Amino acid sequence: MGRAVAVIGTGQTKHGRRDDLSYPDLVREAVKKVFEDAGITLKDVDGVVYGSMPSMMEGVAYNHFYFADALRVVGKPLLRTETCGSTGQSVAHTAIHWVASGMADVVLAVASEKEHEGDAQATMMTILEPFLQVVIGGAPLAFSLQSREWMGYYHIDDDKAREAASIVSVDSHNGGLANPFAHIRVQLTKEDVSTAPIITYPVRLYDVCPVSDGACAVIFASEEKAKKICKKPAWVKGMGFRGEEYFIGDSNKAVWQSTIEASKEAYKEAGITNPLKELDVAEVYNPFSYQELMFLECLGLCPPGEAPDYVIKGTFSPGGELPCDPSGGVLCTNPIGAAGLIRVAEAALQVTGKAGEHQVEGAKLALSHAMGGAEQFNGITILGSEL
Amino acid sequence: MAEQKEKPRKVASMGMVPYEMALGPTWTRFFEGFKEKKILGTKCRKCGRILVPARPFCPRCFEPMEEWVEVAQEGTVVTWSYVNYTYFGVTPDMIPVIGATIKLDGVDCGTGMWTQIGGFDIKDFELVTKKVKVGAKVRAVWRRKRQGNFRDIDYWKIIE
Repeated sequence: MGRAVAVIGTGQTKHGRRDDLSYPDLVREAVKKVFEDAGITLKDVDGVVYGSMPSMMEGVAYNHFYFADALRVVGKPLLRTETCGSTGQSVAHTAIHWVASGMADVVLAVASEKEHEGDAQATMMTILEPFLQVVIGGAPLAFSLQSREWMGYYHIDDDKAREAASIVSVDSHNGGLANPFAHIRVQLTKEDVSTAPIITYPVRLYDVCPVSDGACAVIFASEEKAKKICKKPAWVKGMGFRGEEYFIGDSNKAVWQSTIEASKEAYKEAGITNPLKELDVAEVYNPFSYQELMFLECLGLCPPGEAPDYVIKGTFSPGGELPCDPSGGVLCTNPIGAAGLIRVAEAALQVTGKAGEHQVEGAKLALSHAMGGAEQFNGITILGSEL
Repeated sequence: MAEQKEKPRKVASMGMVPYEMALGPTWTRFFEGFKEKKILGTKCRKCGRILVPARPFCPRCFEPMEEWVEVAQEGTVVTWSYVNYTYFGVTPDMIPVIGATIKLDGVDCGTGMWTQIGGFDIKDFELVTKKVKVGAKVRAVWRRKRQGNFRDIDYWKIIE
């Protein structure tokens, strides 16, 4: 992959409803924190990468122009990357490629969303082709259809899937309570989850992510710079990204090839042959609890069709073999453009022992993931405590 | 500077832009078929797949798909979901909706998101869970007045 690259700092806003700040001020909150965390100044930065959902989300087109000052990009090169829900992973990958190539030594990656300013689902329906924009359902319909396709394909009993999805939701919400940046802070029982109002059946209220405002910033550096600047860098061990053809019905989305292939590439690069055993923690992109079940399989963390069994026996719960989303995941915090980069930041916090109350004891190798598009993109970044 | 007492406020804004998006020859013909109660697909001369909606080119082979095929109006439910929430442009009277992906007989792909199941009291959720199953057979029910868009198929009726 070129030169070694490390995360040398992370910064997250307090996520939630942030009507208290203008959008550039929100971006600045994350950028200010990342500089403090990394202990560097603007002159150390060679370039900036930014990404969000379509600018229509908040009503200002090309919002990286609007954020130029908050991004500290004046006098620096700027790249914008966006791939819908997987934007945050794409932003990280762009920064990593930039440093790995040798064209930059230190790159600031920033991603954000301020969803309360507009209408996320109305915006997301415009991602579809002109003649499909009349369909009612938004992203929850697309991803609920995918989850049920998975249930149907493997003949997974509705009650068993419901039980496992409830566990995913309860675990994530408990994680959110331990994470000072998380948006939704509520303690739930499995019954609360399984009896909540239907959004897009089988998905109910606590199976689906919130509408969040938030920003995340991560600084990536070359090996030489990282060793000079940072006492405890988080090293990029591997990454993978795959896209798929556009029409949702064209392929079997229960065996999601872009997740499978992107993770295989990342594992190969990281030298991982048994991800369930070798990984210590995973920040799986989970805007829907049911979809997380499918991801656990497609990421190779359990056999196809068996995610509910593994979840029910506690494999992915706190204290289990591979705790997933100790931060509360996307189920508790979903400023969409930023959500994939938050996964990277959380993975970095874990492998550097800086995750605080939601730290997975002794975590050395962490997976971060995000997906997006019309069931179309998957990105993975694996971080480790050792080079 | 004195302490700020006023609550930070918001400014209302609404972006409205009219669009005229070209469908191109393939999708034009596909929707002309809808006016005549026909579902048309195109066939790839290389991989032989028949895809609906019709495609100008094969997404996998990149070859033009010029052979037109009228396909069955019956198929099997691959997956479904019960939409029960609103967002801008969707008002409470427009829900619930049962979105479904349907594998049309003889077609090599699913419908994705453009097909909805109906024809019974879908507000009765218990009834929905009894009637709508993965693997159920469905048939297209057309509107009387058709305009050449996806709304021309009123709903897909469960036939077994």
